[in-house]
Amino acid sequence: MLRPAILATALAAAFPVSADADLDALRAELKEMKSTYEARIRALEARLQQAEAAPAPIAAQADASPQQSTAAGNRFNPDISLILQGKYAHLDDIEHRQISGFLPAGHGHGTPRGFSLDHTELVMSASIDPYFRGYFNLALLDEEVAIEEAWFQTTALGHGVSLKGGRFLSGLGYQNQQHPHAWDFADNALMYRALFGEAYGNDGVQLKWVAPTDLFMEFGVEAGRGAGFPGTDRDRNGAGSYALFGHLGGDAGASHSWRAGLSYLHSKAHERDSELEDIDGMHAKTLFSGKSTTWVADLVWKWAPDGNAAERNFKFAAEYFRRSERGSLLCEDNTGAGGACDGSDDAYRSRQSGFYAQGVYQFMPRWRTGYRYDRLDPGTVDFGANSAFLPVSEYKPARHSLMLDYSPSEFSRLRLQYSQDKSMENARENQWLVQYIHSLGAHGAHAF
Amino acid sequence: MKRRLVFLILWLPVYAHAALNVFACEPEWAALAGEIGGTDVSVFAATTALQDPHRIEARPSLIAQMRRAGLVVCTGAELEIGWLPVLLREAGNAGVQPGRRGYFEATQSVSLLDKPARLDRAEGDVHAQGNPHIHTDPRNILRVSEALAARLAEVDPANAAAYRARGQAFAARWNAALARWQTRAAPLAGMPVAVQHPSFRYLLDWLGMRTVATLEPKPGVEPSVGHLAQVAAQLQATPAKAVLRAVYQSPRPADWLARRAGIPALALPYTVGGSARASDLFGLFDDTLDQLLKAAP
Repeated sequence: MLRPAILATALAAAFPVSADADLDALRAELKEMKSTYEARIRALEARLQQAEAAPAPIAAQADASPQQSTAAGNRFNPDISLILQGKYAHLDDIEHRQISGFLPAGHGHGTPRGFSLDHTELVMSASIDPYFRGYFNLALLDEEVAIEEAWFQTTALGHGVSLKGGRFLSGLGYQNQQHPHAWDFADNALMYRALFGEAYGNDGVQLKWVAPTDLFMEFGVEAGRGAGFPGTDRDRNGAGSYALFGHLGGDAGASHSWRAGLSYLHSKAHERDSELEDIDGMHAKTLFSGKSTTWVADLVWKWAPDGNAAERNFKFAAEYFRRSERGSLLCEDNTGAGGACDGSDDAYRSRQSGFYAQGVYQFMPRWRTGYRYDRLDPGTVDFGANSAFLPVSEYKPARHSLMLDYSPSEFSRLRLQYSQDKSMENARENQWLVQYIHSLGAHGAHAF
Repeated sequence: MKRRLVFLILWLPVYAHAALNVFACEPEWAALAGEIGGTDVSVFAATTALQDPHRIEARPSLIAQMRRAGLVVCTGAELEIGWLPVLLREAGNAGVQPGRRGYFEATQSVSLLDKPARLDRAEGDVHAQGNPHIHTDPRNILRVSEALAARLAEVDPANAAAYRARGQAFAARWNAALARWQTRAAPLAGMPVAVQHPSFRYLLDWLGMRTVATLEPKPGVEPSVGHLAQVAAQLQATPAKAVLRAVYQSPRPADWLARRAGIPALALPYTVGGSARASDLFGLFDDTLDQLLKAAP
């Protein structure tokens, strides 16, 4: 049935366009040919329909249709993906980057000036057997390999219950479970930097339950080693930290969806070390021992016209935290280096808070733009006797960030970001970041 | 039989309460599950005809529905790979995990077209198992309906007889409609068209229509201006009668090309709910054929 048309194109190509009369004759001829062909096709189809209309047994028809050999996800090899990330950063020359008024959380990676490679992530996941699923995420950087996550999760418990064990990113808050490649901005929110360095991960277990309701309701409890900031590693039995979280979510019409949550983290620290500047402006090493509790409230709201996010969509996310720490702080003797601390150990109490709010708008396919506002409140910090050596800041760190990103496909993204960073007292920095994120292989679906 | 009927009627309120929850990934399977499940099922459609089934957010509301589902009916062939795995993982519903009885993939009962010869992301959004848009061929709907009726009977044995009966009744009605559609569609055979995305691969295959151009340079890659100009030039050499797109796709590229080539741009319903007339599976094909026939010579 393709023949007349092919013939027509072949003939059209063979004859000069000016030969109109000849062409008309040809057209008439072709039309005739076409109608005879079509009549034959119709006759054939009528016969076909008769054959099909005959009451063929349904089972026989089903047998006739070939079965697909593989179901989705039914492969023995794990899904492997590799995420390549890199940056160009235009920053001021600042030796020690530290959020003013907050004890530095762990040894967070500062962004080097100029060109640099971010962590390369290697991710593998698969079903282990009918009862478990496994996931593994390795972050690679020069002379450094970090197992970001390595866990199993039950798949067969049912009733909305799942148990996760191993090293995993805690389910608290919203952004916490996202790896850096899934962030909407080129750098971490100040809040997460102040709270955990990057994100709160733990070696332990997580029990989660989803309620059988129309409204999405999820509750989880975690217990673990608690080695990450704000806790410290320990040589003891039992759990060093535990977390509780709950999330609610739903749709409002076809175009809007939301999720809101509240989380609580309790952890213990023993001689948690932080570098601070003492009252003389000298480096002082402090050791904190005590308890740290953190509350996080999170809200995500997404909009897409008729729920079709392919063309345009908007996402709003905000999180707020309150953290209080209670215990004792030792400021190591640095008088030898001209510092003020004399090694005294005294009570320490702090209540601090902060938030970020961000909006990201995809205004046309592939292109998104976003704005993020970070603000932290140093709240009340009581160094006890050490307040003679350590300054208390009232400065409220803040940052404005604007980004524009372009994603040629779901697997690649280029991003330009400008930030006005006022996270350090006495410094107001303009930061420019250009970033790429590329994902190779079977990249898993991202959560809401 | 009579006793069973009385029994059924007496228990109806209870059954209405305990209806099998069916989570359908796409509206076509929701409609099909409704045809076969009738009052014995409560069907939730995860997506609408206005949404691109490749790109759905794994929304909390979907996780909540997945949690309660007794049967998940999806297309498979990696169409839902960007969101379904998250729902299955987060919902904690053991009975609907892949490989279990509560997980049904429509593409399992159909042989797929366009299996890629080369699996490389450089080819765009390729599906290793073939083109997943199987429901645009009504003969595939019939095949899937048989498998689905059997699966419903397996998952909910108490109502097995009802599922089988409704499945057979649907098949009979569908066969009659098929004969009607095929007669009506005769003039469409051999008609050349341009398509935005290979969404209608199976429809065109069924009707014997020809795809002379695709607006997306690679599957799932947005048509660029340069590529569209190329397609327009291509259409001058091998003219098409219409440009086809699914309603959920952006109208801009198709409309632009249609204006350039002086042919109509058709926004086909693609699935149930895609137009006012496509309120069920029968209406879907009635409307699709009407639109195509209007553009036919």
